[in-house]
Amino acid sequence: MIGRHVGFVAALREAGMPVSLAEGLDAANALMVIDLMDRETLREAYAATLVKRPMHRAGFDVLFDLWFPAVTSGEGPEDQAERAEYDADTPVEDLRSVLQGLLMGNADDPAFREFVRDMVERFGRVEAGPGRQSWFSYSVLRALSPDTLIARMLNQMLSERGGLPEKLARQQISSNIRKFEEAVASEVRRRIAEESGIERIARSAVRPPVDRLDFLRVTKAELAQLRREVYPLARRLASRLTYKHRRGHQGRLDFRRTVRASLSTGGVPLTTHLRPKRPHKPELVILCDASDSVSSFSQFTLLLTFALREQFTKVRAFAFVDTVDEITKYFAPGTDVLDAITQMTNEADITRFGRTNYGNVFTRFSERYGDAVGPKTSLLILGDARSNYQPPALDTLKRLASQARHAYWLNPEPRAQWDTGDSVATGYGAVVPMYECRNITQLAAFIESTDVGG
Amino acid sequence: MAWFAAPREVGERLREVDYLADEGIVTSVFLAGALGKPLLVEGPAGVGKTQLAKAVAVASGAELVRLQCYEGLDEARALYEWNYKKQLLRIQAEDDAWDDIFSEEFLLERPLLKAIRSDAPTVLLIDEIDKADVEVEGLLLEILSDYQVTIPELGTITAVRRPYVVLTSNATRELSEALKRRCLYLHLGYPTPERERDIVLAQVPGLAGNLAEQLARTVATLRSLELKKSPSIAETIDWGHTLLALGRAELTGDTITETLGVVLKHHSDQARAVKELGLS
Repeated sequence: MIGRHVGFVAALREAGMPVSLAEGLDAANALMVIDLMDRETLREAYAATLVKRPMHRAGFDVLFDLWFPAVTSGEGPEDQAERAEYDADTPVEDLRSVLQGLLMGNADDPAFREFVRDMVERFGRVEAGPGRQSWFSYSVLRALSPDTLIARMLNQMLSERGGLPEKLARQQISSNIRKFEEAVASEVRRRIAEESGIERIARSAVRPPVDRLDFLRVTKAELAQLRREVYPLARRLASRLTYKHRRGHQGRLDFRRTVRASLSTGGVPLTTHLRPKRPHKPELVILCDASDSVSSFSQFTLLLTFALREQFTKVRAFAFVDTVDEITKYFAPGTDVLDAITQMTNEADITRFGRTNYGNVFTRFSERYGDAVGPKTSLLILGDARSNYQPPALDTLKRLASQARHAYWLNPEPRAQWDTGDSVATGYGAVVPMYECRNITQLAAFIESTDVGG
Repeated sequence: MAWFAAPREVGERLREVDYLADEGIVTSVFLAGALGKPLLVEGPAGVGKTQLAKAVAVASGAELVRLQCYEGLDEARALYEWNYKKQLLRIQAEDDAWDDIFSEEFLLERPLLKAIRSDAPTVLLIDEIDKADVEVEGLLLEILSDYQVTIPELGTITAVRRPYVVLTSNATRELSEALKRRCLYLHLGYPTPERERDIVLAQVPGLAGNLAEQLARTVATLRSLELKKSPSIAETIDWGHTLLALGRAELTGDTITETLGVVLKHHSDQARAVKELGLS
């Protein structure tokens, strides 16, 4: 048990979860007081002591299933009553009916897991070479294709289609299908781990937690998850900024008032008076690359823009591909974010030829919106600095940067790829300080180190 | 004293006070008692974080001491304060009173000190710790790891009986690593529709079973939309009360449109829900 515990903790650390020595000890202590035979209690005990951030929970569950599998192949409980419905020779169509029944019920049913195990056994095995085999969830899902069952299930559950009841039923079914897919994936991982060792699969099985996800490589589902992170992030940034402001609320010595006050103590300046710091109202101008090469990044930054818009008094946002347009109006407080983005892509005039052209963008920007950047403005440019070998218009950017109070450039590409191909990262970086910003952690670090608001 | 004998017992006793706990809650609550560590409960507003602490107090027959955190909370409000007025009066009354004005008699107990000194079983609830300033976290570290408080004039006061500590946070800011390390962590999210139905039934007596079921499913669907503020359990319960008061037996599209304001508090959220649910 000790060996397994230590190995599990090490695997968590390798997957990027910060587990301290003390927390490992807490977990070991917790193992002493709980019933080790109860797997769910064990899981929750580990979670309570080791996982202190909700976004790490998903990775934790994957690893837990690998290190503490529910059953091992060949010794699963052989329950005849469960097996009565199907066996190894049942035609696929009948299996789909069984699946349909399970998907309409409760996904926590033990029969559900039993079914997943049997299906992976039957469909998941793929010959990877002579004498070797591997396991894939794809082949299981293709054979049973749960998504094509939705219409049948809806017909069975509802007397008439449409309206609210259908929405609710759909929601229930799709959530169960997701659970089915997850269960299959986790069962496949367990099989692979049995054959080639836990460590090997553990390394590839865990997706990095949301805050470390690379903006340029997010999947669609993860993008939704990222979006959920945006609001707390913006709120956190805003609260950090107000905190900073409160901290430094006293400015320089108010000489006149100090001398005036010293008269009552016989000319000795016992109490000093400080000038109240003039509250700086930060203005933010955001220039955001909306081209396809950075689409998931720009979606994210647009959301951040939107969230910041509610926190800052003055935010103006501009989007560009090869020409630039103001998009502030789409992001008025109170509008729906997703609608705003769709509306923006349809209506805003940001594309001429569809290939990013930073030089043209900066020129157009300073022509049309040059007055947006003033001495109180923080200018934030978001983009990959890939300009398709067009002239970069460095002088224009230099002028814009010198007009602004601060200027920053966030680049979603890894630093190692800067200056490769058509990237002019160093050229622009010499004019406007450029920061690598590939995930939420880096973004938060950027905000903390620099003072965007003040 | 052991707070609970086994995770199963936690579940049963919380159920007796109408708090329906899932596996995660039960295990964390049990471990916090068994290991004598504080329990940090984090999650969105209205999922029953504060309620959990209250339920633990009632279920274990302990006294609940609550410290509500807010911006600007300081030692004098959280821990202890000297009763200056009384001290002044004493000095004026007796000339040689200088020595004994820092004694028990002049100490004003605040929640943290009260929980530490109590010799009856106590549940200490530190509510919305994320609203307090970072300095307060530093103040808490000594209390949470060693269950002791140092008062310069009196010395160190160690807990006679370790209180059961619950901290709650809405995650509006990241808590410090030092604090998190000392606590057990429980993330309370939105419940499954089945559990939410049971919660609504327990909290809204008189509501029909199938209506509660419809409520729970509708709210689950609402949460799957990308809303600014997802409806919380508390709001689901409010919705249940509303429907009961209006005497509705069925959750139809019209009823939802009429009463949507109970669960969704942003105009854009309501518009989105109406669109996505196909209401009009």
